[in-house]
Amino acid sequence: MSKTLYERIGGEPAVNAAVDIFYRKVLNDPRINRFFDNVDMEKQAAKQKAFLTMAFGGPHSYTGQDMRTGHAHLVKMGLNDSHFDAVVEDLGATLVELNVPQELINEVVAICEPTRNDVLGR
Amino acid sequence: MYKLTIEEKTYSCQPDETVLDALLRGNVNISYACKKGTCHSCMVRSPDTVPPEAAQAGLKNTLKKRNHFLACLCHPEQDMVIKLPDQSEFYTEGTVVVNEMLNRNTLLLIIAFKDAFEFNAGQFVNLQRADGLTRSYSIANTPQESNTLEFHIRRLPGGRFSEWLHDEIKAGDTIAVSEPRGHCFYLPEKSEQGILLVGTGTGLAPLAGILTDALAQGHSGPIYLFHGSREVEDLYRIDEMRQLAEQHQNFHYIPCISSNHVPAGFSHGRANEVALATLTDLKGWRVFLCGHPEMVNQMKKMTFLKGAASADIYADAFLVTPT
Repeated sequence: MSKTLYERIGGEPAVNAAVDIFYRKVLNDPRINRFFDNVDMEKQAAKQKAFLTMAFGGPHSYTGQDMRTGHAHLVKMGLNDSHFDAVVEDLGATLVELNVPQELINEVVAICEPTRNDVLGR
Repeated sequence: MYKLTIEEKTYSCQPDETVLDALLRGNVNISYACKKGTCHSCMVRSPDTVPPEAAQAGLKNTLKKRNHFLACLCHPEQDMVIKLPDQSEFYTEGTVVVNEMLNRNTLLLIIAFKDAFEFNAGQFVNLQRADGLTRSYSIANTPQESNTLEFHIRRLPGGRFSEWLHDEIKAGDTIAVSEPRGHCFYLPEKSEQGILLVGTGTGLAPLAGILTDALAQGHSGPIYLFHGSREVEDLYRIDEMRQLAEQHQNFHYIPCISSNHVPAGFSHGRANEVALATLTDLKGWRVFLCGHPEMVNQMKKMTFLKGAASADIYADAFLVTPT
């Protein structure tokens, strides 16, 4: 059987390597950092880890409903497609920085895409 | 099959079961969510046994040292006594041996115990009055100092507990003290790492303990302490800190005043802002933050953005209990 994306990308150690780089990019990104103004760093780091695990094709228990509920307050603040794109872009840049091959990055982006409508509450 | 003990009750953990599964099967009210080590909701502690390594994956080093572990990742390798996060605590009686003022509104309280009190410098305890009123205070000294705990107590206007400590307690009185808690403390590893300590008001208490501990353990990297308040009268231990800085080349002490009356030898501005302006690159640094919740939250983010790894940022925010 061929290896899963999560295994090919490096599993949990890869998530750990990516999480600080990714979250720093997000907090530094003027397009989206206002959505993170009042969050608790520690809780947020755990959430980012869960998100990356999912994006890397790893084990997760998110449902579409979780995505909707979890982002509803951000949608009220104006969360839209451009912000979703910015997050995916920051994720891609993180993986480039970690020398992840482009075809794996494409797979990660493909995993994120179907969550768009749930995240944006449509 | 191993035995899991929580307070008076025991539960059996089947060979293929995790601690979380066994406890849920036993109807224990334990919080959990992802069941795979990501969310840390089910973090518990085994005070007497070192948990399996796999059950501590991804936890901060100071949590590992205190035998915290994730119940959902734990396949026991021996019988375990388990403490849930909200479980009632064990209190020890101590005797007040020193109560004197450190400045116009901060009390130095030293409590002595018959036996050694085990803790890590920088942790906090709950102090409890005879009528059950309880408040958390950070420990300001290090365990090497003869069975005593030192506290810095700021008088809060209308604060029932701090006013009681300031106005009524005297040497010789007894007070109940909980087991130490918190994971904001120094671990003697990477001794060449830079350490940034930022505190406001009595936020100096845990930072002073951490500082003493790091210096005693031979930390060789640069250590910067930024202690801030509005007015100079609300700082304390200024001479002691200056003396320490003279004795230790790698220790730098920067007292900060945010109001406009700034005597010579003090920096003008909030401690967190002065710190960020002084140290522009925190990559590889260890950071300890203590004091005003807003300052702590803001600084967690800012030090992270300046390069400190999230696992290297330790914080204790003072939460004031509404009276």
